[in-house]
Amino acid sequence: MLDGLTALLRGLGKQVNDRLWRLGFASRFFLMTLFYSGTALRRFFLTIREIYFTGVLSLVIIMVSGLFVGMVLGMQGYDTLQRYGSSEALGVLVALSLVRELGPVVAALLFASRAGSAITAEIGLMKATEQLSAMEMMAVNPIARVVAPRFWAGVISMPILAALFSAMGVFGGYLVGVRLIGVDEGSFWSQMQASVDFGEDIMNGVIKSFVFGVIVSWIAVFEGYDAEPTAEGVSGATTRTVVTSSLAILAADFILTAFMFRGA
Amino acid sequence: MNRLTLDLWVGLFVAIGLASLLFLALKVGNLSSAGIGEAYRLEAKFDNIGGLKVRAPIKSAGVVVGRVTEIRFDPENYVAVVGMQVDGRYKFPRDTFATILTSGLLGEQYVGFEVGGDPEMFKAGDVIKKTQSAVVLEKLISQFMFSKAADGGESGKATDGGEGK
Repeated sequence: MLDGLTALLRGLGKQVNDRLWRLGFASRFFLMTLFYSGTALRRFFLTIREIYFTGVLSLVIIMVSGLFVGMVLGMQGYDTLQRYGSSEALGVLVALSLVRELGPVVAALLFASRAGSAITAEIGLMKATEQLSAMEMMAVNPIARVVAPRFWAGVISMPILAALFSAMGVFGGYLVGVRLIGVDEGSFWSQMQASVDFGEDIMNGVIKSFVFGVIVSWIAVFEGYDAEPTAEGVSGATTRTVVTSSLAILAADFILTAFMFRGA
Repeated sequence: MNRLTLDLWVGLFVAIGLASLLFLALKVGNLSSAGIGEAYRLEAKFDNIGGLKVRAPIKSAGVVVGRVTEIRFDPENYVAVVGMQVDGRYKFPRDTFATILTSGLLGEQYVGFEVGGDPEMFKAGDVIKKTQSAVVLEKLISQFMFSKAADGGESGKATDGGEGK
């Protein structure tokens, strides 16, 4: 009886300790990445190559999803607003929800599954095939050469992708709202411009997407670097990247929103 | 993939990102109309501001000439003090009347300036003396009800008196 209880408690303690240890390792790894970023930023071509793989190749998925999200917002928003006779406010609804929330959050979720998983798999496979160890043997720091460029590429790409997502979404809302349903074009844009503030709404969205970029890239490079050097290890790490970064994005979004839009 | 192609693609990517940010700023946001370059501050005291919010527009003849930047309560006189930034291009006479109005039946509230004829103009930091509070719908309805009731009572009394005679 007592033995069973002790074993239970020990199991619980092990779980907590393991998590804490991993979090500590991840934080130290984050600091190491920042510390060794000199190479990635000085030899900027390394980072540009990664921006191509993480950012440019995500363009299509981001643009198409943004367009569809905007079009759905246009339809749903119109359906609700016209009950209150204020369908001209459709532009405000589409723009504010995209710029403040949906743009940064959905773009970050897509980015985590499109680019984050690829980064983890790549670094994990490099580790499994002992390329990272080989680099260390040649006195090349793998964090400076492999990890930091990917991290910075993610951080740079994320705000760009989120801004593009919002812009495409607004365009999608315009297509459905104005072109298809027939909301007045003038009031669609003018009400939007009257209620969307550059500093309050758009810049806060950019700040959000920057924070999400740091979170997703950090989790992706860490999971890759920490992956067990086996086939299962890499696949598990890839899954963990997507799950952890999606949860982290949503949690961070709540915290950021609570600070930014308290409704002063 | 060679370096030049890579640079081209990444350059294109960053350019698209900047273009969409510009689109958001100019077409979606208010950066194009936020051109209140030099603004000066005015204050006005209202008995009741109704639903006026910070950042509400200030309009004169229907044109936006400034924004409400601050709303606070004056604990000595028990009135609301509204701080406003008015576009420096526009000067208003010292007897300008500040009213809290509503755009449309249920729209947002704004401060309306009705211009007077004083030759002297407001300077930065001045307080607008002539103000009119927001119309509170409940007060309006209750006034209407009371006046109705008063009318009904008087006519009732009149008929009573008539019968008494």
